[in-house]
Amino acid sequence: MAISITQSLIDGLLMGGVYALAALGVSLIFGVMKITNFAHGALITVGMFIAYQVYTSFNINPYISLPITILIMFFIGFGIQKLTINPIISAPSHNQLLLTQGLSIVLENLLLVIFTANYKSVLLPGFDKALKVGSISVNKPKLIAFGLVVVASLGVYLLLQKTDVGHAISATSVQREGATLMGIKVPKINAIAFGIGVACAGVAGALLAPIQYISPTVGEGFQLKCFVIAVFGGLGNIWGAVVAGLIIGIVESLASLALGGSWSEMVIYLIFILVLLFKPTGLFGKKTR
Amino acid sequence: MLTLENVYANYGTLQIIQGVSMEIKDGEMISLVGSNGAGKTTLLKTISGLKKPESGKIIWDGEDITSLSPDKIVARGIVQIPEGRKLFPQMSVEENLILGSYLKDAKKKRKETLAYVYEMLPDLLKKAKMPAGSLSGGQQQMVAIGRGLMACPKVLIFDEPSIGLSPLLTDIMFEIIKKIKDSGTTVMLVEQNVQNALKMADRGYVLEQGRIAMEGLSADLLNNEELKKSYLGI
Repeated sequence: MAISITQSLIDGLLMGGVYALAALGVSLIFGVMKITNFAHGALITVGMFIAYQVYTSFNINPYISLPITILIMFFIGFGIQKLTINPIISAPSHNQLLLTQGLSIVLENLLLVIFTANYKSVLLPGFDKALKVGSISVNKPKLIAFGLVVVASLGVYLLLQKTDVGHAISATSVQREGATLMGIKVPKINAIAFGIGVACAGVAGALLAPIQYISPTVGEGFQLKCFVIAVFGGLGNIWGAVVAGLIIGIVESLASLALGGSWSEMVIYLIFILVLLFKPTGLFGKKTR
Repeated sequence: MLTLENVYANYGTLQIIQGVSMEIKDGEMISLVGSNGAGKTTLLKTISGLKKPESGKIIWDGEDITSLSPDKIVARGIVQIPEGRKLFPQMSVEENLILGSYLKDAKKKRKETLAYVYEMLPDLLKKAKMPAGSLSGGQQQMVAIGRGLMACPKVLIFDEPSIGLSPLLTDIMFEIIKKIKDSGTTVMLVEQNVQNALKMADRGYVLEQGRIAMEGLSADLLNNEELKKSYLGI
Protein backbone atom coordinates (compact mmCIF):
# COMPACT_ATOMS: atom_id res chain seq x y z
CA MET A 1 0.00 0.00 0.00
CA ALA A 2 2.76 2.43 0.99
CA ILE A 3 4.48 1.76 -2.32
CA SER A 4 1.37 2.33 -4.38
CA ILE A 5 0.69 5.59 -2.52
CA THR A 6 4.27 6.75 -3.15
CA GLN A 7 3.91 5.72 -6.77
CA SER A 8 0.66 7.58 -7.05
CA LEU A 9 2.12 10.67 -5.37
CA ILE A 10 4.98 10.75 -7.87
CA ASP A 11 2.71 10.24 -10.87
CA GLY A 12 0.40 12.95 -9.61
CA LEU A 13 3.20 15.37 -8.95
CA LEU A 14 4.65 14.89 -12.43
CA MET A 15 1.29 15.41 -14.15
CA GLY A 16 0.53 18.28 -11.78
CA GLY A 17 3.59 20.05 -13.13
CA VAL A 18 2.15 20.07 -16.63
CA TYR A 19 -1.22 21.28 -15.32
CA ALA A 20 0.61 23.96 -13.36
CA LEU A 21 2.32 25.38 -16.43
CA ALA A 22 -0.88 25.41 -18.47
CA ALA A 23 -2.81 27.04 -15.62
CA LEU A 24 -0.02 29.57 -15.11
CA GLY A 25 -0.89 30.77 -18.61
CA VAL A 26 -4.58 31.15 -17.73
CA SER A 27 -3.73 33.06 -14.58
CA LEU A 28 -1.21 35.35 -16.29
CA ILE A 29 -3.74 36.27 -18.98
CA PHE A 30 -6.43 36.86 -16.39
CA GLY A 31 -4.09 38.92 -14.24
CA VAL A 32 -3.21 41.30 -17.04
CA MET A 33 -6.47 41.49 -18.98
CA LYS A 34 -9.13 40.27 -16.52
CA ILE A 35 -10.22 37.83 -19.22
CA THR A 36 -10.59 34.11 -18.70
CA ASN A 37 -9.22 32.37 -21.74
CA PHE A 38 -11.65 29.56 -22.53
CA ALA A 39 -9.63 28.73 -25.63
CA HIS A 40 -6.73 27.59 -23.46
CA GLY A 41 -7.60 23.90 -23.76
CA ALA A 42 -7.84 24.12 -27.54
CA LEU A 43 -4.49 25.91 -27.59
CA ILE A 44 -2.96 23.08 -25.55
CA THR A 45 -4.22 20.79 -28.32
CA VAL A 46 -2.64 23.05 -30.94
CA GLY A 47 0.65 22.66 -29.08
CA MET A 48 0.23 18.88 -29.17
CA PHE A 49 -0.36 18.90 -32.91
CA ILE A 50 2.62 21.16 -33.56
CA ALA A 51 4.80 18.70 -31.63
CA TYR A 52 3.16 15.79 -33.48
CA GLN A 53 3.57 17.32 -36.94
CA VAL A 54 7.19 18.33 -36.38
CA TYR A 55 7.90 14.82 -35.13
CA THR A 56 6.22 12.97 -38.01
CA SER A 57 7.53 15.32 -40.73
CA PHE A 58 11.07 15.95 -39.55
CA ASN A 59 11.60 13.26 -36.92
CA ILE A 60 12.49 15.89 -34.31
CA ASN A 61 11.20 14.85 -30.92
CA PRO A 62 8.92 17.24 -29.00
CA TYR A 63 11.60 18.09 -26.44
CA ILE A 64 14.02 19.26 -29.08
CA SER A 65 11.35 21.11 -31.04
CA LEU A 66 10.11 22.89 -27.93
CA PRO A 67 11.67 26.28 -28.84
CA ILE A 68 9.88 26.16 -32.20
CA THR A 69 6.60 25.34 -30.48
CA ILE A 70 7.11 28.21 -28.04
CA LEU A 71 7.79 30.65 -30.86
CA ILE A 72 4.82 29.56 -32.99
CA MET A 73 2.47 29.54 -30.00
CA PHE A 74 3.64 32.95 -28.81
CA PHE A 75 2.82 34.49 -32.17
CA ILE A 76 -0.51 32.65 -32.37
CA GLY A 77 -1.37 34.14 -28.98
CA PHE A 78 -0.08 37.59 -29.88
CA GLY A 79 -2.13 37.52 -33.09
CA ILE A 80 -5.31 36.23 -31.42
CA GLN A 81 -5.09 39.00 -28.86
CA LYS A 82 -4.48 41.77 -31.41
CA LEU A 83 -7.15 40.62 -33.84
CA THR A 84 -9.94 39.34 -31.62
CA ILE A 85 -9.51 40.21 -27.97
CA ASN A 86 -8.20 43.77 -28.11
CA PRO A 87 -11.34 45.04 -29.86
CA ILE A 88 -13.54 43.70 -27.03
CA ILE A 89 -11.18 44.44 -24.15
CA SER A 90 -13.66 46.77 -22.48
CA ALA A 91 -16.76 44.75 -23.37
CA PRO A 92 -18.78 43.06 -20.59
CA SER A 93 -17.19 39.83 -19.38
CA HIS A 94 -19.90 37.55 -20.80
CA ASN A 95 -19.04 38.82 -24.29
CA GLN A 96 -15.39 38.06 -23.68
CA LEU A 97 -16.29 34.61 -22.43
CA LEU A 98 -18.31 33.95 -25.59
CA LEU A 99 -15.41 35.16 -27.72
CA THR A 100 -12.78 32.89 -26.17
CA GLN A 101 -15.24 29.99 -26.12
CA GLY A 102 -15.93 30.66 -29.81
CA LEU A 103 -12.22 30.72 -30.53
CA SER A 104 -11.95 27.35 -28.88
CA ILE A 105 -14.63 25.90 -31.18
CA VAL A 106 -12.97 27.42 -34.25
CA LEU A 107 -9.56 26.02 -33.29
CA GLU A 108 -10.94 22.55 -32.57
CA ASN A 109 -12.73 22.41 -35.89
CA LEU A 110 -9.70 23.70 -37.76
CA LEU A 111 -7.72 20.85 -36.22
CA LEU A 112 -10.49 18.41 -37.18
CA VAL A 113 -10.35 19.61 -40.79
CA ILE A 114 -6.57 19.41 -40.98
CA PHE A 115 -5.85 16.31 -38.92
CA THR A 116 -9.21 14.42 -38.92
CA ALA A 117 -10.71 12.94 -35.78
CA ASN A 118 -8.45 9.86 -35.79
CA TYR A 119 -6.44 9.45 -32.65
CA LYS A 120 -2.74 10.01 -33.02
CA SER A 121 0.21 9.49 -30.76
CA VAL A 122 3.86 10.37 -30.51
CA LEU A 123 5.81 7.23 -29.64
CA LEU A 124 9.39 8.03 -28.85
CA PRO A 125 11.71 5.04 -29.15
CA GLY A 126 13.83 4.68 -26.05
CA PHE A 127 11.42 6.66 -23.90
CA ASP A 128 8.79 3.96 -23.53
CA LYS A 129 10.55 1.96 -20.85
CA ALA A 130 9.82 3.18 -17.34
CA LEU A 131 12.62 4.19 -15.04
CA LYS A 132 12.82 1.85 -12.03
CA VAL A 133 13.80 3.08 -8.62
CA GLY A 134 13.34 0.16 -6.24
CA SER A 135 9.74 -0.85 -6.70
CA ILE A 136 8.68 2.60 -7.90
CA SER A 137 8.55 3.08 -11.63
CA VAL A 138 8.69 6.47 -13.26
CA ASN A 139 7.37 7.14 -16.73
CA LYS A 140 10.23 8.82 -18.64
CA PRO A 141 8.21 11.30 -20.73
CA LYS A 142 6.42 12.42 -17.56
CA LEU A 143 9.72 12.91 -15.77
CA ILE A 144 11.18 14.90 -18.65
CA ALA A 145 7.96 16.90 -18.91
CA PHE A 146 8.24 17.80 -15.25
CA GLY A 147 11.86 18.87 -15.63
CA LEU A 148 11.04 21.05 -18.62
CA VAL A 149 8.03 22.51 -16.83
CA VAL A 150 10.34 23.60 -14.03
CA VAL A 151 12.66 25.21 -16.60
CA ALA A 152 9.75 26.91 -18.41
CA SER A 153 8.21 28.25 -15.18
CA LEU A 154 11.60 29.54 -14.12
CA GLY A 155 11.85 31.21 -17.53
CA VAL A 156 8.50 32.95 -17.01
CA TYR A 157 9.57 33.95 -13.51
CA LEU A 158 12.82 35.51 -14.73
CA LEU A 159 11.04 37.23 -17.60
CA LEU A 160 8.54 38.83 -15.21
CA GLN A 161 11.06 39.71 -12.51
CA LYS A 162 14.15 40.71 -14.42
CA THR A 163 13.10 42.38 -17.65
CA ASP A 164 11.49 45.73 -18.36
CA VAL A 165 8.75 44.04 -20.37
CA GLY A 166 8.13 41.71 -17.43
CA HIS A 167 7.88 44.63 -15.05
CA ALA A 168 5.53 46.35 -17.46
CA ILE A 169 3.35 43.20 -17.50
CA SER A 170 3.22 43.09 -13.69
CA ALA A 171 2.58 46.82 -13.53
CA THR A 172 -0.25 46.61 -16.04
CA SER A 173 -1.87 43.76 -14.16
CA VAL A 174 -2.04 45.66 -10.86
CA GLN A 175 -2.49 49.24 -12.02
CA ARG A 176 -3.56 49.72 -15.62
CA GLU A 177 -3.98 53.49 -15.45
CA GLY A 178 -0.75 54.04 -13.55
CA ALA A 179 1.05 51.93 -16.16
CA THR A 180 -0.49 53.87 -19.04
CA LEU A 181 0.59 57.17 -17.47
CA MET A 182 4.19 55.93 -17.31
CA GLY A 183 4.18 55.45 -21.07
CA ILE A 184 3.57 51.70 -21.05
CA LYS A 185 1.67 50.69 -24.19
CA VAL A 186 -1.02 48.66 -22.51
CA PRO A 187 -2.50 47.14 -25.72
CA LYS A 188 0.94 45.85 -26.68
CA ILE A 189 1.60 44.51 -23.19
CA ASN A 190 -1.80 42.75 -23.35
CA ALA A 191 -0.77 41.05 -26.59
CA ILE A 192 2.63 40.03 -25.22
CA ALA A 193 1.08 38.65 -22.04
CA PHE A 194 -1.48 36.72 -24.09
CA GLY A 195 1.35 35.39 -26.25
CA ILE A 196 3.26 34.20 -23.19
CA GLY A 197 0.12 32.61 -21.73
CA VAL A 198 -0.57 30.79 -24.99
CA ALA A 199 3.07 29.70 -25.22
CA CYS A 200 2.64 28.11 -21.76
CA ALA A 201 -0.37 26.21 -23.11
CA GLY A 202 1.69 25.19 -26.14
CA VAL A 203 4.58 23.89 -24.03
CA ALA A 204 2.14 21.94 -21.87
CA GLY A 205 0.62 20.48 -25.05
CA ALA A 206 3.97 19.55 -26.57
CA LEU A 207 5.03 17.87 -23.32
CA LEU A 208 1.75 15.97 -23.15
CA ALA A 209 2.10 14.72 -26.73
CA PRO A 210 4.35 11.76 -25.85
CA ILE A 211 2.28 11.00 -22.72
CA GLN A 212 -1.19 10.61 -24.08
CA TYR A 213 -3.21 10.17 -27.26
CA ILE A 214 -3.79 13.23 -29.45
CA SER A 215 -7.08 14.29 -30.94
CA PRO A 216 -8.60 17.68 -31.79
CA THR A 217 -11.00 17.63 -28.84
CA VAL A 218 -8.64 16.31 -26.17
CA GLY A 219 -8.04 19.85 -24.85
CA GLU A 220 -11.55 20.16 -23.45
CA GLY A 221 -10.69 18.18 -20.35
CA PHE A 222 -7.60 20.28 -19.79
CA GLN A 223 -9.55 23.49 -20.32
CA LEU A 224 -11.76 22.86 -17.32
CA LYS A 225 -8.85 21.61 -15.23
CA CYS A 226 -6.78 24.72 -16.01
CA PHE A 227 -9.68 26.92 -15.03
CA VAL A 228 -10.22 25.03 -11.77
CA ILE A 229 -6.51 25.28 -10.94
CA ALA A 230 -6.30 28.98 -11.79
CA VAL A 231 -9.29 29.72 -9.55
CA PHE A 232 -7.91 27.44 -6.83
CA GLY A 233 -4.61 29.33 -6.86
CA GLY A 234 -6.38 32.70 -6.98
CA LEU A 235 -7.14 34.03 -10.47
CA GLY A 236 -4.32 36.29 -11.56
CA ASN A 237 -1.86 34.84 -9.04
CA ILE A 238 0.46 32.88 -11.30
CA TRP A 239 2.55 31.28 -8.55
CA GLY A 240 -0.66 30.33 -6.78
CA ALA A 241 -1.63 28.55 -10.00
CA VAL A 242 1.65 26.60 -9.99
CA VAL A 243 1.13 25.36 -6.43
CA ALA A 244 -2.54 24.62 -7.10
CA GLY A 245 -1.57 22.71 -10.25
CA LEU A 246 0.74 20.43 -8.29
CA ILE A 247 -1.94 19.91 -5.62
CA ILE A 248 -4.61 19.09 -8.20
CA GLY A 249 -2.25 16.67 -9.95
CA ILE A 250 -1.59 14.83 -6.68
CA VAL A 251 -5.24 14.88 -5.60
CA GLU A 252 -6.32 13.49 -8.96
CA SER A 253 -3.78 10.71 -8.76
CA LEU A 254 -4.54 9.76 -5.15
CA ALA A 255 -8.29 9.90 -5.78
CA SER A 256 -7.99 7.60 -8.73
CA LEU A 257 -5.93 5.19 -6.60
CA ALA A 258 -8.44 5.24 -3.77
CA LEU A 259 -11.72 5.48 -5.67
CA GLY A 260 -10.91 4.48 -9.24
CA GLY A 261 -10.16 6.59 -12.30
CA SER A 262 -13.68 7.72 -13.07
CA TRP A 263 -14.05 9.23 -9.61
CA SER A 264 -10.91 11.32 -9.69
CA GLU A 265 -12.40 14.09 -11.83
CA MET A 266 -15.37 14.28 -9.53
CA VAL A 267 -13.10 14.81 -6.53
CA ILE A 268 -11.40 17.70 -8.36
CA TYR A 269 -14.67 19.44 -9.11
CA LEU A 270 -15.90 18.78 -5.60
CA ILE A 271 -12.81 20.64 -4.35
CA PHE A 272 -13.55 23.36 -6.86
CA ILE A 273 -17.08 23.81 -5.55
CA LEU A 274 -15.80 23.86 -1.96
CA VAL A 275 -13.20 26.49 -2.87
CA LEU A 276 -15.85 28.64 -4.54
CA LEU A 277 -18.12 28.28 -1.52
CA PHE A 278 -15.62 28.92 1.25
CA LYS A 279 -12.67 30.78 -0.28
CA PRO A 280 -13.74 32.20 -3.62
CA THR A 281 -10.52 34.20 -3.96
CA GLY A 282 -8.58 30.92 -4.05
CA LEU A 283 -5.85 29.51 -1.86
CA PHE A 284 -3.51 32.46 -2.29
CA GLY A 285 -5.94 34.98 -3.72
CA LYS A 286 -5.93 38.49 -2.41
CA LYS A 287 -9.08 39.77 -0.80
CA THR A 288 -11.28 41.51 -3.29
CA ARG A 289 -11.05 45.24 -3.08
CA MET B 1 4.34 75.61 -24.51
CA LEU B 2 1.24 73.50 -23.91
CA THR B 3 -1.98 74.97 -25.28
CA LEU B 4 -5.57 73.79 -24.97
CA GLU B 5 -7.96 75.22 -27.54
CA ASN B 6 -11.67 75.02 -26.80
CA VAL B 7 -11.56 71.43 -25.54
CA TYR B 8 -14.80 69.52 -25.03
CA ALA B 9 -14.95 66.09 -23.38
CA ASN B 10 -17.85 63.98 -22.19
CA TYR B 11 -18.77 60.65 -20.67
CA GLY B 12 -21.59 59.24 -22.76
CA THR B 13 -24.18 62.00 -22.87
CA LEU B 14 -22.73 63.75 -19.84
CA GLN B 15 -20.78 66.87 -20.83
CA ILE B 16 -17.88 67.24 -18.41
CA ILE B 17 -15.49 69.62 -20.12
CA GLN B 18 -17.25 72.37 -22.02
CA GLY B 19 -14.85 74.43 -24.04
CA VAL B 20 -11.70 74.85 -22.00
CA SER B 21 -8.81 76.94 -23.34
CA MET B 22 -5.59 77.39 -21.42
CA GLU B 23 -1.90 77.79 -22.00
CA ILE B 24 1.13 76.83 -19.97
CA LYS B 25 4.37 78.53 -20.89
CA ASP B 26 7.75 76.84 -20.54
CA GLY B 27 9.17 77.04 -17.05
CA GLU B 28 5.95 78.38 -15.62
CA MET B 29 3.90 77.01 -12.77
CA ILE B 30 0.15 77.24 -13.13
CA SER B 31 -2.57 76.09 -10.80
CA LEU B 32 -5.88 74.70 -11.90
CA VAL B 33 -8.28 74.91 -9.00
CA GLY B 34 -11.92 74.05 -8.62
CA SER B 35 -14.29 72.16 -6.41
CA ASN B 36 -15.00 68.45 -6.51
CA GLY B 37 -16.73 67.47 -9.74
CA ALA B 38 -15.68 70.57 -11.64
CA GLY B 39 -13.99 68.31 -14.22
CA LYS B 40 -10.37 68.70 -13.20
CA THR B 41 -9.45 65.02 -13.41
CA THR B 42 -11.31 64.58 -16.70
CA LEU B 43 -9.41 67.51 -18.17
CA LEU B 44 -6.11 65.94 -17.10
CA LYS B 45 -7.13 62.58 -18.59
CA THR B 46 -7.78 64.40 -21.84
CA ILE B 47 -4.35 66.04 -21.78
CA SER B 48 -2.64 62.70 -21.04
CA GLY B 49 -4.50 60.92 -23.83
CA LEU B 50 -6.45 58.59 -21.52
CA LYS B 51 -9.60 60.19 -22.84
CA LYS B 52 -10.23 61.49 -26.33
CA PRO B 53 -11.86 64.94 -26.50
CA GLU B 54 -15.06 65.42 -28.52
CA SER B 55 -13.64 68.53 -30.09
CA GLY B 56 -10.93 71.08 -29.58
CA LYS B 57 -7.18 70.81 -29.84
CA ILE B 58 -4.24 70.20 -27.56
CA ILE B 59 -0.99 71.59 -28.92
CA TRP B 60 2.50 71.00 -27.60
CA ASP B 61 5.39 73.01 -29.05
CA GLY B 62 3.46 73.60 -32.25
CA GLU B 63 2.49 69.94 -32.68
CA ASP B 64 -1.12 68.82 -32.46
CA ILE B 65 -1.07 66.02 -29.86
CA THR B 66 -4.85 65.72 -29.46
CA SER B 67 -5.12 62.27 -30.98
CA LEU B 68 -1.83 60.78 -29.77
CA SER B 69 -1.85 57.67 -27.58
CA PRO B 70 -0.84 58.08 -23.90
CA ASP B 71 2.64 56.59 -24.41
CA LYS B 72 3.40 59.08 -27.21
CA ILE B 73 2.29 61.95 -24.98
CA VAL B 74 4.56 60.71 -22.16
CA ALA B 75 7.35 60.42 -24.76
CA ARG B 76 6.85 64.14 -25.56
CA GLY B 77 7.61 64.88 -21.91
CA ILE B 78 4.08 65.54 -20.67
CA VAL B 79 3.85 63.43 -17.54
CA GLN B 80 1.04 63.15 -15.05
CA ILE B 81 1.23 62.15 -11.40
CA PRO B 82 -2.29 60.85 -10.99
CA GLU B 83 -4.73 61.41 -8.18
CA GLY B 84 -4.59 58.52 -5.73
CA ARG B 85 -0.98 57.93 -6.81
CA LYS B 86 -1.73 54.75 -8.80
CA LEU B 87 1.49 53.03 -7.70
CA PHE B 88 2.35 49.37 -8.26
CA PRO B 89 1.88 48.31 -4.61
CA GLN B 90 3.54 44.89 -4.64
CA MET B 91 6.69 46.21 -6.32
CA SER B 92 9.50 47.83 -4.40
CA VAL B 93 9.92 51.58 -4.28
CA GLU B 94 12.89 51.35 -6.61
CA GLU B 95 11.04 49.13 -9.09
CA ASN B 96 8.25 51.71 -9.13
CA LEU B 97 10.76 54.46 -9.83
CA ILE B 98 12.44 52.46 -12.57
CA LEU B 99 9.13 51.83 -14.31
CA GLY B 100 8.81 55.60 -14.54
CA SER B 101 11.74 55.50 -16.97
CA TYR B 102 10.16 52.83 -19.16
CA LEU B 103 10.31 54.76 -22.41
CA LYS B 104 13.42 54.84 -24.59
CA ASP B 105 14.72 58.35 -23.94
CA ALA B 106 14.14 58.19 -20.19
CA LYS B 107 15.70 54.72 -20.05
CA LYS B 108 18.97 56.04 -21.44
CA LYS B 109 19.25 58.47 -18.53
CA ARG B 110 17.87 56.03 -15.94
CA LYS B 111 20.92 55.92 -13.67
CA GLU B 112 21.45 59.66 -13.50
CA THR B 113 17.76 60.41 -13.04
CA LEU B 114 17.52 57.84 -10.25
CA ALA B 115 20.42 59.47 -8.46
CA TYR B 116 18.74 62.86 -8.92
CA VAL B 117 15.42 61.55 -7.55
CA TYR B 118 17.12 60.06 -4.48
CA GLU B 119 18.89 63.35 -3.92
CA MET B 120 15.64 65.28 -4.19
CA LEU B 121 13.64 62.76 -2.12
CA PRO B 122 16.20 61.20 0.26
CA ASP B 123 13.52 59.35 2.24
CA LEU B 124 12.94 57.12 -0.78
CA LEU B 125 16.51 55.85 -0.70
CA LYS B 126 15.95 54.45 2.79
CA LYS B 127 12.78 52.69 1.63
CA ALA B 128 14.11 51.64 -1.78
CA LYS B 129 13.66 47.91 -1.26
CA MET B 130 10.30 48.05 0.51
CA PRO B 131 7.04 47.30 -1.30
CA ALA B 132 5.47 50.62 -2.27
CA GLY B 133 2.13 49.45 -0.89
CA SER B 134 3.57 49.17 2.63
CA LEU B 135 4.45 52.88 2.84
CA SER B 136 2.40 55.62 4.47
CA GLY B 137 0.27 57.91 2.31
CA GLY B 138 2.79 60.72 2.37
CA GLN B 139 5.67 58.45 1.43
CA GLN B 140 3.58 56.90 -1.35
CA GLN B 141 2.96 60.39 -2.71
CA MET B 142 6.72 60.93 -2.77
CA VAL B 143 7.16 57.66 -4.69
CA ALA B 144 4.57 58.85 -7.19
CA ILE B 145 6.43 62.14 -7.61
CA GLY B 146 9.74 60.31 -7.96
CA ARG B 147 8.24 57.94 -10.52
CA GLY B 148 6.97 60.92 -12.50
CA LEU B 149 10.40 62.56 -12.38
CA MET B 150 11.98 59.37 -13.72
CA ALA B 151 10.16 59.96 -17.01
CA CYS B 152 12.29 63.10 -17.52
CA PRO B 153 9.25 65.36 -17.80
CA LYS B 154 9.18 68.72 -19.51
CA VAL B 155 5.74 69.37 -18.07
CA LEU B 156 4.84 67.67 -14.81
CA ILE B 157 1.15 67.59 -13.98
CA PHE B 158 0.14 66.98 -10.36
CA ASP B 159 -3.44 65.83 -9.77
CA GLU B 160 -4.50 66.59 -6.19
CA PRO B 161 -1.12 65.78 -4.61
CA SER B 162 -2.23 67.00 -1.17
CA ILE B 163 -5.26 64.75 -0.95
CA GLY B 164 -5.25 62.72 2.26
CA LEU B 165 -2.05 64.29 3.58
CA SER B 166 -1.61 66.03 6.92
CA PRO B 167 -1.01 69.81 6.83
CA LEU B 168 2.65 69.23 7.71
CA LEU B 169 3.15 66.71 4.90
CA THR B 170 1.25 68.96 2.53
CA ASP B 171 3.75 71.74 3.24
CA ILE B 172 6.68 69.40 2.66
CA MET B 173 5.17 68.24 -0.59
CA PHE B 174 4.48 71.72 -1.88
CA GLU B 175 8.09 72.52 -1.01
CA ILE B 176 9.21 69.63 -3.23
CA ILE B 177 6.98 70.77 -6.06
CA LYS B 178 8.54 74.21 -5.79
CA LYS B 179 12.01 72.68 -6.03
CA ILE B 180 10.99 70.79 -9.15
CA LYS B 181 9.71 74.01 -10.70
CA ASP B 182 12.90 75.84 -9.76
CA SER B 183 14.93 73.15 -11.51
CA GLY B 184 13.33 74.26 -14.76
CA THR B 185 10.41 71.85 -15.14
CA THR B 186 7.08 73.32 -16.17
CA VAL B 187 4.47 72.48 -13.55
CA MET B 188 0.71 72.23 -13.70
CA LEU B 189 -0.76 71.83 -10.25
CA VAL B 190 -4.35 70.72 -9.90
CA GLU B 191 -5.72 71.23 -6.43
CA GLN B 192 -8.73 71.59 -4.22
CA ASN B 193 -6.44 73.29 -1.73
CA VAL B 194 -7.06 76.60 -3.50
CA GLN B 195 -5.10 78.98 -1.27
CA ASN B 196 -1.90 76.94 -1.11
CA ALA B 197 -1.99 76.12 -4.79
CA LEU B 198 -2.47 79.71 -5.90
CA LYS B 199 0.15 81.03 -3.50
CA MET B 200 2.78 78.87 -5.16
CA ALA B 201 1.83 79.32 -8.78
CA ASP B 202 2.58 82.10 -11.24
CA ARG B 203 -0.89 82.01 -12.71
CA GLY B 204 -4.13 80.28 -11.97
CA TYR B 205 -7.24 78.95 -13.66
CA VAL B 206 -10.52 78.32 -11.86
CA LEU B 207 -12.59 75.50 -13.32
CA GLU B 208 -16.32 75.51 -12.63
CA GLN B 209 -18.69 72.96 -14.16
CA GLY B 210 -16.33 72.22 -17.01
CA ARG B 211 -15.63 75.86 -17.91
CA ILE B 212 -12.84 78.23 -17.01
CA ALA B 213 -14.63 80.67 -14.72
CA MET B 214 -11.64 82.86 -13.88
CA GLU B 215 -8.02 83.13 -14.87
CA GLY B 216 -5.14 85.43 -14.17
CA LEU B 217 -2.08 86.05 -12.07
CA SER B 218 -2.22 84.13 -8.81
CA ALA B 219 -1.89 87.28 -6.73
CA ASP B 220 -4.87 88.86 -8.51
CA LEU B 221 -6.97 85.74 -8.10
CA LEU B 222 -6.18 85.53 -4.40
CA ASN B 223 -7.48 89.09 -4.01
CA ASN B 224 -10.57 88.46 -6.12
CA GLU B 225 -13.66 88.97 -3.93
CA GLU B 226 -15.72 86.36 -5.75
CA LEU B 227 -13.02 83.72 -5.47
CA LYS B 228 -12.44 84.55 -1.83
CA LYS B 229 -16.12 84.05 -1.10
CA SER B 230 -16.64 80.81 -3.01
CA TYR B 231 -13.32 79.02 -2.39
CA LEU B 232 -11.54 80.53 0.56
CA GLY B 233 -14.51 81.19 2.81
CA ILE B 234 -13.34 84.69 3.56
